[in-house]
Order: sequence, then structure tokens, then C-alpha cells
Amino acid sequence: MFKHHAKIETNIFFMAVGILLTVVVGGLVEVIPLFSIESTIEKVKGVRPYSPLELAGRNIYVREGCYNCHSQMIRPFKDEVERYGPYSLAAESKYDHPFQWGSKRTGPDLARVGGKFTNEWHFRHMVNPRDVVPGSIMPGYKHLVRKLDYATIEADMKANRAVGVPYTDAQIANAKKDLEEQVNADPASNPAVLASYPKAHVGPSSDDPKVRALGVTEMDALVAYLQVLGTMVDFKTVDLSKVRR
Amino acid sequence: MSINTEATPYCDDVIRKFTIAAIFWGVVGFLAGDFIAFQLAFPVLNLDLEWTTFGRLRPLHTSAVIFAFGGNVLFCTSLYIVQRTSRASLFGGEGLATATFWGFQSFIVVAALTYVLGFSQGQEYAEPEWWLDLWLTVVWVMYLIVFAGTIMKRKEPHIYVANWFFFAMILTVAMLHLGNNIAVPAAFFGGSWMKSYNIFGGVQNAMTQWWYGHNAVGFFLTAGFLGIMYYFVPKRAERPVYSYRLSIVHFWALIFLYIWAGPHHLHYTALPDWAQTLGMTFSVMLWMPSWGGMINGLMTLSGAWDKLRTDPVMRFLVSSVAFYGMSTFEGPMMSIKAVNSLSHYTDWGIGHVHSGALGWVAFVSFGAIYYLIPKLYGRKEMYSLKLVGTHFWIATIGIVLYITAMWISGIMQGLMWRAYDNLGFLQYSFIETVEAMKPYYVIRAIGGLLFVAGSLVMVYNVFKTIKGDVADEALSPAASGAR
Amino acid sequence: MATIEKDSVTGQSTTGHEWDGIKELNTPLPKWWVYVFWATVVWAIGYWIAMPAWPTVNGYTKGVLGYSSRADLDNELALQKAGRAAWLSKIEAAELDAIEKDKDLLRYAMAGGKIAFGENCGACHGTGGVGVAGAYPTLADDEWIWGGTLADIEQTIKFGIRSTHAETRVSEMPKFGADGLLKPEQIAAVSDYVVSMASRAPAKGSPGEAVYVENCAVCHGEDGSGQAALGAPALNNQIWLFKTAKASAKDMVAAQVNAPKHGSMPAWADRLDPTTIKMLAVYVHNLGGGK
Ligand code: HEC
Ligand code: HEC
Ligand code: HEC
Ligand code: HEM
Ligand code: HEM
Ligand SMILES: [Ca+2]
Ligand SMILES: [Ca+2]
Ligand SMILES: [Cu+2]
Repeated sequence: MFKHHAKIETNIFFMAVGILLTVVVGGLVEVIPLFSIESTIEKVKGVRPYSPLELAGRNIYVREGCYNCHSQMIRPFKDEVERYGPYSLAAESKYDHPFQWGSKRTGPDLARVGGKFTNEWHFRHMVNPRDVVPGSIMPGYKHLVRKLDYATIEADMKANRAVGVPYTDAQIANAKKDLEEQVNADPASNPAVLASYPKAHVGPSSDDPKVRALGVTEMDALVAYLQVLGTMVDFKTVDLSKVRR
Repeated sequence: MSINTEATPYCDDVIRKFTIAAIFWGVVGFLAGDFIAFQLAFPVLNLDLEWTTFGRLRPLHTSAVIFAFGGNVLFCTSLYIVQRTSRASLFGGEGLATATFWGFQSFIVVAALTYVLGFSQGQEYAEPEWWLDLWLTVVWVMYLIVFAGTIMKRKEPHIYVANWFFFAMILTVAMLHLGNNIAVPAAFFGGSWMKSYNIFGGVQNAMTQWWYGHNAVGFFLTAGFLGIMYYFVPKRAERPVYSYRLSIVHFWALIFLYIWAGPHHLHYTALPDWAQTLGMTFSVMLWMPSWGGMINGLMTLSGAWDKLRTDPVMRFLVSSVAFYGMSTFEGPMMSIKAVNSLSHYTDWGIGHVHSGALGWVAFVSFGAIYYLIPKLYGRKEMYSLKLVGTHFWIATIGIVLYITAMWISGIMQGLMWRAYDNLGFLQYSFIETVEAMKPYYVIRAIGGLLFVAGSLVMVYNVFKTIKGDVADEALSPAASGAR
Repeated sequence: MATIEKDSVTGQSTTGHEWDGIKELNTPLPKWWVYVFWATVVWAIGYWIAMPAWPTVNGYTKGVLGYSSRADLDNELALQKAGRAAWLSKIEAAELDAIEKDKDLLRYAMAGGKIAFGENCGACHGTGGVGVAGAYPTLADDEWIWGGTLADIEQTIKFGIRSTHAETRVSEMPKFGADGLLKPEQIAAVSDYVVSMASRAPAKGSPGEAVYVENCAVCHGEDGSGQAALGAPALNNQIWLFKTAKASAKDMVAAQVNAPKHGSMPAWADRLDPTTIKMLAVYVHNLGGGK
């Protein structure tokens, strides 16, 4: 064996081929079946593409690097299920490009933060976390109280469609209207955006007239995203004994 | 063109550039790391500015140390080593390598700017946007050509083991980088040039990301740095490499097994159980192949152990190998699902990372730099070996503070999250666990400060060496026992 | 090619190659190293047989133990549930005030309430229910907007306040200023009056009193003692919901009369189970000011 190694050791092409063959196997075996095995992504109802406002908010989440402190992946442990809610399913992040499961929990998991707090709380908390949680070490994000640039939101939706998120033509055509409506609609009314994006959280992040004067803000978008996290699947209707894999 | 006195006219101008860049980015990256460490202890340091929040600076730190510091170290050492061990000057001469140099440095600067301004693909260690990814691809291909071309020019019949590792690193990193960064830019549809969406989503994206992320560690920070070790340890010890056979076996086993271990970053997530099993078992099988490198490094010293006492550069090299052994024991242990259920998401992971990053990656780099600088600038030795020793001790104390603080806080964090009181209720709310971390964050930040201070000692020492000064202590033969 | 030589220190021979002065010994693989490596391989194979491991065309090898991390959790949760059943069924069956009267049940409910409060409520109401000045009410005093009995508190928690739940508690104070119901001087006057009321010395006969009686008393009561049914806070004491450290009491009242703020709290009925909500009610009631 050691003698034969001389062939590889004296020829850079053999070595290149040897290395490539050696390092390609593991990846192929672990990645490809995730596309082919049907049980990988659980069949549950409710997961839908993000509304334009939520998508814009998600992009802010990525931009600010929230994933550096927050996971979005509740593990199947009793303490986590008790603390955060039902464990995360693969289906719940199937439209997430990129995924934001995270690898460090400096702050709590956010996979089910949707609906847990009010928009108004999120606004206060994001502006200065220590105003509401004195022991917090999270940065303040007061710069998000500025106008959201959504001039090309359709392009973002089309790019998402290109990577497999099933946005319809109508959804893309209505993007700006849906986005504005989600911020401005009275939660008591039944705005059209809900027909396209069920369970979307409507309403602004802050009622403060000074903030509203800015139009749709980045904070509105981020909060709309946070408020939908973990709420799409109704776990009362999911038989968890059917999603084992 | 070249100051060295050896027969073959090696291209060393570009090596000098890469070496200085490595030192520069090292200090920048350590400072960034220590700054974010202080931010976690004292959140006012986020400064209420969008550009300086922890979320944006943390990727700046990780990329600065891994790619800017680690990358430049890999460039300067691999291109130095490949010339010597092939007895050939760089393929493409100074020109191609210098183009690689500027391509890489400009990539770093632009990438850093985009991070701070908030452009990110949102995947760890792969944050640069799509056009930066392409830029880096071009740089990397130039590097591959320079490196492989030089090997092809070699006058030695056999390729030296250090070069196997570098070569595997270059090829595999290319594969990983391309595989993990396939994305559709919004610009293709009339949107922003600074935004793209990864072609993979959800669980599949998680798998490709950690296939990439784990092997960035495995090939960039491990295989590449083993290449460094395989040259500088035997050179500095003036001893033959311990076992050629071990080199062969552990090299192939290492690169084969490493690729499979990615799922240990996804234990108990929505990744299917079968994949987690593969990640865990391959990580454990990876233990001995990893230790093969440690054995070859340490045992090469047999017959030269006294150098550890007399030569602080050797001390860096040997300690790095010891830290390597430690983190490649800890890693397989953390890959065991039962252990990972406690360690994942906590500071324990951060402790593991830095025992590898500071103890192994940075220490072996320091050893290499202290070896290279006098050689590259035609000096007999560093300006002061005593200062090398000072650097060693300050940095070591820094590491010890860092990783013990993180072990304690990490294990405490994990235990607090899962603690139940005697009535069967969770004992601590999340915010209580955040508050409990505070003292450890302070200790870690102080450890980091020591590590930074040590690197500044290195900067001074390097500066004086290049200038041509020789410290008093180095002049009197009795003082240090230095060679 | 260089020649093979013997290393004097180790007694091993070299391979005969040399690169930049570096030679290699031909030392055999350390035995322990080989053994431990094969041991890990054998262990891995065993693990693959036992556990889900290898992907197939549209499935994977399930492993002889039939393990699944999700199934594992279900078992653990079942065990946990069984372990808690004795207590929880008692809590479930008991009326809220009966829980308070039973020393053991109370202790249990307080412990359960404490952690649920820390995880879910503390973000707004602070640890121990201290509240946030100007935003979130203190729950540790005996001042209640929506009522401080156990039943009131339970209802507040279940359905929230101005929440998205159909049964939420709601009520709105009119926008007296913004909608032109009161003139600025009337607002100033009524603000003075409310401030005087709050310092327990109502300025009887002042112009503000007339405005107050006419516009505010329906909700906040003639004497300013508030009305829990309407969620109208008491105005005859110094405990304010919306007053921050920066603003004076008078400015705050004027602002409220001009364009009132309304607090809102999420409903918990869909998030927390009924027993947890009961324990929370008991916990909040016992923070110091339960009625
Ligand atoms: C330095 C780390 C850090 C960063 C960066 C960070 N957070 Fe946090 N976050 C925390 C900590 C610690 C907490 C817990 C204390 C608190 O509630 O403030 C927290 C809490 C939260 C909560 C409340 C969750 C709950 O259930 O109590 C939300 C929502 C949140 N963060 C969102 C974000 C978003 C969105 C971003 C990015 C724009 C972000 N965080 C960035 C550390 C961070
Ligand atoms: C997002 C913020 C938020 C969260 C989370 C929250 N609350 Fe509240 N809560 C409020 C606000 C705001 C009010 C006052 C509403 C008003 O103005 O009438 C309130 C009022 C109350 C009241 C009535 C106080 C009174 O004086 O009548 C009770 C009781 C209460 N909360 C309990 C809880 C409990 C228990 C939880 C957790 C399960 C909780 N709250 C979570 C915001 C919150
Ligand atoms: C239709 C009922 C209604 C009427 C009429 C009304 N209020 Fe109110 N008021 C409320 C409610 C409900 C709240 C509590 C809002 C909350 O809890 O978020 C409130 C809150 C307040 C507060 C804030 C208390 C605090 O603790 O911060 C002040 C001050 C106040 N009212 C003053 C007045 C004055 C003065 C008038 C008359 C000019 C008036 N209100 C008329 C229902 C009413
Ligand atoms: C002065 C020295 C250093 C200090 C003070 C420091 C500090 C830090 C801090 C505070 C974090 C974030 C931890 C968290 O999120 O909780 C971090 C992350 C990280 N650092 Fe460093 N660091 C230093 C040097 C290095 C070096 C030299 C490397 C690599 C060669 C490195 C690689 C990393 C990596 C990979 C992470 C991300 C870890 C993860 O996500 O799990 N660091 N560092
Ligand atoms: C046999 C070798 C190793 C194995 C099996 C291994 C295993 C692991 C495991 C299990 C984790 C934790 C994943 C999680 O819970 O999130 C981890 C994280 C990490 N390790 Fe290692 N490790 C090894 C060696 C090393 C070395 C030598 C280095 C450094 C140079 C290193 C750098 C890292 C980094 C940077 C992370 C953090 C990744 C992230 O979450 O961002 N590892 N490793
Ligand atoms: Ca990480
Ligand atoms: Ca990228
Ligand atoms: Cu890994």
C-alpha cells in the first residue's frame, strides 16, 4: 500500500483526481436524498410564502444578522417544547432562502415568537431592548425607524420564485398594494392581503403619528415577519406521530 | 527581487506581502473579536449605530480571522513551502501571485465594507454577496494555478506531504464555496445588486450550509494548517517527520471522513435522524485520523524536546499541535448527540471554536510567522526571542481565560435551560440565564484583550526585525539559549 | 534520489526522500492508534445497525431499535405528563380560590406560575410584575385596571386586552381633543382637575371639575376611582399607566385626553393550556395586590 502511494505522490493529476473523488462522496450521500426522500419535508397544511411585507422584514432580519444570536429551530426536547412551543418542522422553513435556524442562542429561540407579544412591544424592544427588559444584552435597532425601500419588492419575489417559492403572478402583481395594506389595515377589518397570505399580522409597528408620517417603515416589515414566525401551521391539526423521520 | 541566498531564485516578494497582510488582518480580526466580546458584556458598546451592532460585527470578526488572517497565513506559508519543497519558483512568477494577493486583499476590504453596511447572504462564514463570491472564485482559481503549477515545475520527484494538505484544501474549498453559494440575484429581475437568494431553502439549505461550514473548518482551518505544521515543525526542530506511513493514512482518512461530519451542526434539528446519525458516527471516526496529525507533529520532536525549553518559536508550534489534539478530541465528543443536546446553541461551542482557533490556528500561524520573518528579510533571527516568549505567555493566559470561561458558562447555560425544579417546572426563565452569563463574558473579554496584547508584541517584534535591529538579550549568547 | 538511512535517535529508517532538508521516517503506524481507529469504525457500524442511518431511494434504514428523536420526545412528554398528573388534575378541577386556600396546591401553582410568567409575561410586566413606567402596568400592587379578583385576572390573561382574540377585553376612551369634543382650554382645565384628584385634594368647584363630571365620570367614576368593567383606570391616586419619568402628570393627562393611548396585551388562551393560565392567575393574584 505504501509503495503504491508513490504513484499518487509523484503525479499531481492522480492526486487531484484522488482528492476530488474522496471528498465528493460524503456530500452527495447526505445532500441528494434530502431532495428525494418524501418524508423529509413533513406534509402539513398552512405553510405559505411570505407576504411582501414579511419578506422585506425577513431581509432586514438577515441584513442585521439576528441569526448570530437567535436560533429559529426548536429541538424535540421537553424543556424546549415547554419553553418555546412545538418543535420546529422542516416544512415550516421550506420557503426560507436562506434558512435561519442559527447555531447560537445568545437570545431566545424565535421560531414561535409570532403572536407572543404585541407590535407595540416589539417596537419598544427593538428600539432599545433595555427599556422593557432591563437585563437584556441585545443591541438597540432604532435605525429601523426609517422608511422601508420596497421599490423593487417584486424582483425579490421573482428571485424567490426562481429558487422554488410558489408566488403566483397575481401575488407579484399586487406586491406593493399588499405590502401597504398589511401595514395600514385596521386589524378589525378583513383586508384583502389576508386572502393571499392567511394569518398575516396586519397593522403598523407603532401608532405614533411621528412614525406613521414616515410611511411604511423597516420596523413595520421586521415586526410583520417576527409576528408570523411559527404561526402558519396550526398544531392542533397536526398529528405529530405522523411526522417522524 | 529576492534577498534569499539559496540557489533557486524563489519568488519571495509576494510571500513578504502575504505575511505582512496576515499579521495586519490578524490584529484587525482579534480586535474585532474582542470588541464583540465586550459588547456581549456591555451592550452599550453597540453604540446605537446600525454599523456597529453585534449582529453585523460578528461576521466581520469571523471572516476577518478565518479568511483574512487565516487565508493570508495559508497563502504566505503554502507559497513559501511549495517553492522550497519543489525546488522551483512560483508558477507564473511574482506577477500571477501578486495579482492573487491584490485580488484577495481587495476582496477582504470590500467584503468587510459590505458586512458593516448590512449586505449579507445570511449564512455563517459565507456572508459575502454573490458577486463577491464570484470575485473570490477568480482569486482562488489563480491561487490554484500558481500552487499546482509550481508543483508541476518541481525538481523533487515526490510531492511533499505538506503540499498534499494544501492541495486538498485548495480543491475542496473550491468545491464547497461553489456548492454553498449558488444563489439567484434579485438584480436578475430588476432588483438590488446587493441581494440574492440561495438556491436551496430550509432543511436542504441547512445541510449544504453545514456541509460547507464544517468543512471550511476541516479544510481551511485544519487541512491547510496541517500543511503548515508539516513544514515548520520538522524545520524548526531539525528532525525528520515521525512517520511517512501515518501521513498517508491519516491524510486520506481525514479528507474522506471530514466531509461526512457536517450534520453534527444540526443535531436534533429538523434534519432527518438518519443524517444526524451519519454526522455523529463519522465525526467519531474522524477522531483518530485527526490525531494522526498531532502524533506526527509531536513525535517529530523526539530527540529535540529540549528545544521546547530554549526556543519560544518551537513552543508556539508545539502548543498549537497540543491544542489541535485537544479540540479534535472535544469535537468528536461534542458530536455525540447526547453531549450535543447540552452543548449546542451554548457558549460551549464558542469555547470549542476558540480552543481550535486561538490555540491551534493562531498559534501555529504565530510559529510560522516567527520562522518566516527573519528568513524573508534576511535576518538571522527575530529581533527578540524573549519577546516571542512574552507573546507566548500572554496569549496562553488569554486563551486559558477565554476557553475556561466559555466552558463554564456554556455548560451552565445548557444546564440552566434544561433545569427542572423539584415540583417538575422549568427552573429558570431565559432572561435569568442571560444574566448568569455576564461575569463569564467579562472574563472572556479580558482573555481576548490579553490575546490582542500578545499580537501587538508580535507586531513590534516583527517591525524591529524587518528594520534590522537586534535586541541586547539576543546579542549576549548566555541570555536566552537561543540558537 | 537520496539514500535510505537510519535515524540515530529513534532507530527508524528514513524513506529516502528529502525536501528542503526535511526527511521522513518510515515508522509504522502506532498500534494503539490503529486499534482505536478500528474500534470507532466498529462502533459506528453497530450504531448504524441500531439506528436510522443510511438513505435509500425513497427512505432510509430504520435501525433495529426503531429509534426516532421525535418519538423519543413523545415518550418523555408522556412520562412528564404522568408525573405531573396528580397535581395538574387537582389544579384543573379546583376553583381558583380553592387553589389559594389549599397550602400545597398554592405552592405548586405559584411555582408553575412563576416560570410561565418569566417566560411569557416578564418581557412586558418585568420580573416579579414590576411593570414598565409609561407602558405596562405593575401587577405587584393592588391597583387594577381590569379588576384584581382571581376571575378578572384569569379572564385578562386568557383573552388579552385589545388583542386579536374574539373575546378580548376592549374599551376605548374617546379622542376628546383630536376629535374636537373638548377645546384646548377645557383639556387644560380637566387635566388640572385630574391632577388635583390624584393628589387626593380634588379642586372642587374648579372649571375642570365640570368638564370631568360631564365627560369622564361615566368611565372613571365621579370620584375618579375607576371602573374595572370598562378597563378605565382609577385617576384618584398617583399610580399611572402612561406617565413616564420625563413627562409631568398634567402633560400626560392632557395628552391622554387629546388622543388617548391604549395598551394592548396578547391573548394567551391559544398559546398556553388552561391549567397554566390558572396557575398564572394565582401567581399574579399573589404578587402582592390581589383582590
Ligand atoms: C447580541 C445578541 C443579540 C442580537 C444581535 C439580537 N438579539 Fe434579540 N435578543 C437577545 C437577547 C439576549 C434577548 C433576551 C432578552 C430580551 O428580551 O431582550 C433577545 C430577545 C429578543 C426577542 C424577544 C424574544 C422572546 O421570546 O422573549 C426578539 C423578538 C428579538 N430578540 C428579536 C431580535 C431581532 C429581530 C434581531 C435583529 C434585528 C435581534 N433580536 C438581534 C440578543 C440579541
Ligand atoms: C406584549 C406585552 C404584554 C405581555 C407579553 C403580557 N402583558 Fe399583561 N398587560 C399588557 C398591557 C399593555 C396591559 C395593560 C392594558 C391596558 O392598558 O389596559 C396588561 C395588563 C395585564 C393585566 C391587567 C392588569 C390590570 O391592572 O387590570 C394582567 C392581570 C396581566 N396583564 C397579566 C399578564 C400575564 C399573566 C401575562 C403572561 C401570560 C401577560 N400579562 C403578558 C401587556 C402585556
Ligand atoms: C369611554 C370610557 C372613557 C371615558 C369617557 C374617558 N376615559 Fe379615560 N380612560 C379610559 C380607558 C379605557 C383608559 C385606559 C386605557 C388603557 O388602559 O390602555 C383610560 C385612561 C385614562 C388615563 C390614563 C391613566 C393612566 O394610568 O395612565 C387618563 C389620565 C384618563 N383616562 C383621563 C380621562 C379624562 C380626563 C377623561 C375625560 C375628559 C376621560 N379619561 C374619559 C376610558 C375612558
Ligand atoms: C482576540 C481573540 C478573539 C476574541 C476575543 C474572539 C471573540 C469572539 C466572540 C466574542 C465571538 C462571538 C461569540 C458569541 O456569539 O457568543 C467569536 C466568534 C467566533 N470566532 Fe472569535 N475571537 C477571537 C479570535 C478568533 C480567531 C483567531 C478565530 C479563528 C481563527 C476566531 C474564530 C471565531 C469563529 C469561527 C466564531 C464563530 C463561532 C460560532 O459561530 O460558533 N476567533 N469570537
Ligand atoms: C475532529 C475534529 C472536530 C470535530 C468532530 C468537531 C466537531 C464540532 C461540533 C460537534 C461542533 C458543534 C456544533 C454545534 O453544536 O453547533 C463544532 C463547532 C465548531 N468547530 Fe469543531 N470539531 C472538530 C475540530 C475543530 C477544529 C480543529 C476547529 C478549529 C479550528 C473547529 C472549529 C469549529 C467551529 C468554528 C465551530 C462552530 C461552527 C458554528 O456553529 O458556527 N473544530 N465542531
Ligand atoms: Ca455559529
Ligand atoms: Ca456568499
Ligand atoms: Cu463541524
